[in-house]
Amino acid sequence: MSKQRKAVALISGGLDSMLAAKTVMEQGIHVEGINFYTGFCVEGHTHAIREKDKAKPKRNNALWVAEQLGIKLHIVDVIEEYKKVLINPKHGYGAHLNPCLDCKIFMVNRAKQWLAENEFDFIITGEVIGQRPMSQRKNTMPIVAKQSGADDLLLRPLCAKNLPETLPEREGWIDREKLHDITGRSRKPQMALAKQFDFKDYAQPAGGCCFLVDKNYSAKLVDLWQAQGSKDYQLDDVMLLKVGRHLRPASHFKLIIAREEGEGRFLQGYKNEYIHLLAVSHNGPLVLLDGEPSAEDLFLAARITARFGQGREAAQVDVAIVDKSGVERIVSVSPLTQTELPKSWYI
Amino acid sequence: MTTEILNTRRLLCPLPVIRTQDKVKQLMSGDIVEVVGTDPGLMQDIPAWCRINGHKVLDLRSGDYEYTVVLEVVKVDI
Repeated sequence: MSKQRKAVALISGGLDSMLAAKTVMEQGIHVEGINFYTGFCVEGHTHAIREKDKAKPKRNNALWVAEQLGIKLHIVDVIEEYKKVLINPKHGYGAHLNPCLDCKIFMVNRAKQWLAENEFDFIITGEVIGQRPMSQRKNTMPIVAKQSGADDLLLRPLCAKNLPETLPEREGWIDREKLHDITGRSRKPQMALAKQFDFKDYAQPAGGCCFLVDKNYSAKLVDLWQAQGSKDYQLDDVMLLKVGRHLRPASHFKLIIAREEGEGRFLQGYKNEYIHLLAVSHNGPLVLLDGEPSAEDLFLAARITARFGQGREAAQVDVAIVDKSGVERIVSVSPLTQTELPKSWYI
Repeated sequence: MTTEILNTRRLLCPLPVIRTQDKVKQLMSGDIVEVVGTDPGLMQDIPAWCRINGHKVLDLRSGDYEYTVVLEVVKVDI
């Protein structure tokens, strides 16, 4: 009896990786999924924080895909390791701070490590030639295979017929003829394949799974790096960059202003680590202050806090300023006017 | 049999799942884990993770913007 071959599939939660895994499962291979959490995955964050997103399903797409496929999913925290990928990507950034090619190389390399540790035979990805401008091009496919160290252990079932044979094909574990030859940005072949597999529900395709492809998010991360004088970050930074309005009135401090109740609740969890401000005479948002403000800066921060609350038209608003040790003082301020709030402060 | 409380407050999906996964690795069949967090996604994701991995969800609770999933570890020797 021949040995049961085992593959690990990189599962993002999107349609392509779901189809790739299913294609290989159909050939009798035991497949398990792996999903890497970099800290920048869109999954969950927006759903969890904002009130307006409460109506959206809060499912984790990678878990959901694994469940649909009937496979195990291993979610791996790579937040620390990922820093070197993002901070110094060998192949550079895409349109924003997205190091897509380095990211793919990193993830395939991590999957290869997992392969060795768990005695699996090869790796599957849902990559398609020409699907993405940076990481999924004909000339970058071999770069991913080579620089990740996976080489011919890396099988891309959706476009395998357009690529050189891999080990699982040569060894006869996989029938190349039953793999696919999808290319380009059209989603029609994937939709057709989904129909063939009777997948009626799947996450909407194309690109929106990483905050680093987002222009506004990337601008906030660049601002953070400039303010602290080094390209580094902690998980809390990554989380807070996604929440609220960020205003930097001066290079040495910025304000994070909740935009609605859900964000306010989320920021509450951080208020003991930051100076925070809250209007007490009127309703208004919780504001975190990141930096080392002078007394004058705090007064300005209080005026900005008043500006974003319901007292914005009032002559005076009482604002509580609470320092990191919990000591509170109340100041009476006139809310900042529209003209006193330059657009350049918005990050 | 032990009961462990896993605090995932302030963490957002999928970190509560990752912390649960890591905790369960250290436990034996029959042990109980009570995962407490502030991300409502917990209520879908932990049960989904349990279904995939064969663990048993014993209880789901929510209140005051906190969410709790109680699960029993099931490990099958192959």
